[in-house]
Amino acid sequence: MVAELNIEKIRKDFPILNTTVYGKKLVYLDNAATSQKPQQVIDALDTYYKEYNSNVHRGVHHLSQRATNAYEASRVKIAQHINAAHSHEVIFTRGTTEGINLVAACFGKKYLNPGDYVLVSAMEHHSNIVPWQMIAEEKGAGLKVIPMDKNGVLQIDTLPALLENVKIVAVNYISNSLGSVNPIREIIAMAHERDIPVLIDAAQAVPHMKVDVQELDVDFLAFSGHKVYGPTGIGVLYGKTKWLDDLPPYQGGGDMIKTVTFAKTTYNEPPFKFEAGTPDISGAVGLAAALDYINEIGLENIAQHEHELIKYAEEKLAAIEGFRFIGNSPNRAGAISFMIEGLHPFDVGELLDKQGIAVRTGHHCTEPVMDFFGIPGTIRASFAFYNTFEEIDTLVAALKKAITILK
Amino acid sequence: MNSLINLKFEIENPNSEIKAMTINEIQEELIEEFELFPDWMDKYEEIVQMGKDLPLIDEKYKTDDNLIKGCQSKVWLHADFEGGKVYFTADSDAIITRGLISMMIRVLSGHSPKEIASADLYFLKAVGLNDHLSPTRSNGLLSMVKQMKLYALAFQTQEQNS
Repeated sequence: MVAELNIEKIRKDFPILNTTVYGKKLVYLDNAATSQKPQQVIDALDTYYKEYNSNVHRGVHHLSQRATNAYEASRVKIAQHINAAHSHEVIFTRGTTEGINLVAACFGKKYLNPGDYVLVSAMEHHSNIVPWQMIAEEKGAGLKVIPMDKNGVLQIDTLPALLENVKIVAVNYISNSLGSVNPIREIIAMAHERDIPVLIDAAQAVPHMKVDVQELDVDFLAFSGHKVYGPTGIGVLYGKTKWLDDLPPYQGGGDMIKTVTFAKTTYNEPPFKFEAGTPDISGAVGLAAALDYINEIGLENIAQHEHELIKYAEEKLAAIEGFRFIGNSPNRAGAISFMIEGLHPFDVGELLDKQGIAVRTGHHCTEPVMDFFGIPGTIRASFAFYNTFEEIDTLVAALKKAITILK
Repeated sequence: MNSLINLKFEIENPNSEIKAMTINEIQEELIEEFELFPDWMDKYEEIVQMGKDLPLIDEKYKTDDNLIKGCQSKVWLHADFEGGKVYFTADSDAIITRGLISMMIRVLSGHSPKEIASADLYFLKAVGLNDHLSPTRSNGLLSMVKQMKLYALAFQTQEQNS
């Protein structure tokens, strides 16, 4: 059952939301870039460093045991959150980018050969393009792209033909620049019919909705802690056991080994096989606290409120003279990218900033998307459950003021 | 008082040129002008207005060679060297950037290469627009300033060698 959120009460949990910029109330609409943190997460980090900071997996002393317990408990919590079959399928990384680099390097090393292809989509973040380009170049493989239409909707009827000679598909669940929610279940089904594994970039999805890796039957899934109200520097790569057992390791070092001699080294099992060196222990603790926080509010409630916010924003923004959506998928979540006719996004973003409104302008690390639309960049407003309808009204008023100055 | 002194000078030296403002004098003038606008939105209105006074680059010079590509907005810059002075023209695809480069050109254009190369551009900080010079801003402004100084150095060398 979906409950109405008490946004005022929720906002009090987020210290930054109560600050001012240039003497104006901060209106934070850059959540696709990073989210703000509740006091509960900040406290969890504080407590970790004050009470039980210690290196994990290596010590026999009490603090080390406490830290290890917390770190591994976080892994279990994340596994539950995404409904992974086993907690060893959750690998801690630095973020989505590192997760994708890991799969690209390890899968590519073993399975990409000359004449093979990696299939991505027209709306990928650079982090889900460049790692594949790098390994493809190394292995003599190529890149193919699922096209999109002017609304930012992927044209998956092209998929059967495109999947020829493809060894892996890598697609985002929700686009960070266009807000499109992509038909990943269909993509995964079609890929699996041909025994092709799929990696999903879920960076923009995990903060906004329930993501169930078993229901999706996805092979790899990457997301970042800092986008889902956790600290920066921690992320998750989920991989099916069969893949994590099969792939060679990524970075070498401590913890990912079983035995080390100069003659030969044997490797540990997943997840540790892919977690070399001292991990971001406090990051894992902070991420667990963030998941606790949003689970207490309820993912369904969050999704519902955000849906209402986005619908309201779409309606109010579209009424502004000269407003133009960039990407307008019927299935949208998280972000609205737009331009104002005749104005450079940089100019508008600058004037919004000076009115206390944090949006992002530019290509949002999706240059191919900007090239597709033939524009230098967009203005992007991206929402979280702690945003309010009043903030959207403030955005609209500020936009109108900016337009008056610039035109 | 200044104008009386200049008048006296002109009467005594009817064929000489009146000394033009120095780079720093122009910077001071700009700072004074912006003091009238403590509110950010008013400051930006002023910047947008200044953009309209930008000595526009000739279309024929709007080539990739003269393009200074920032992440956020583009800037084209051209420099001419005449009578020992460097003259800049420019353009940008963003209005605010146009205003900022217009101010930069107002300060630096029409001076000797040596003056430009050694200029300390403190006015942006003084009017509170220093963020625009941050490399992470990548609106082309910082790169443009560097390019202007490079032009000055090049013309200086050219002058010394001729």
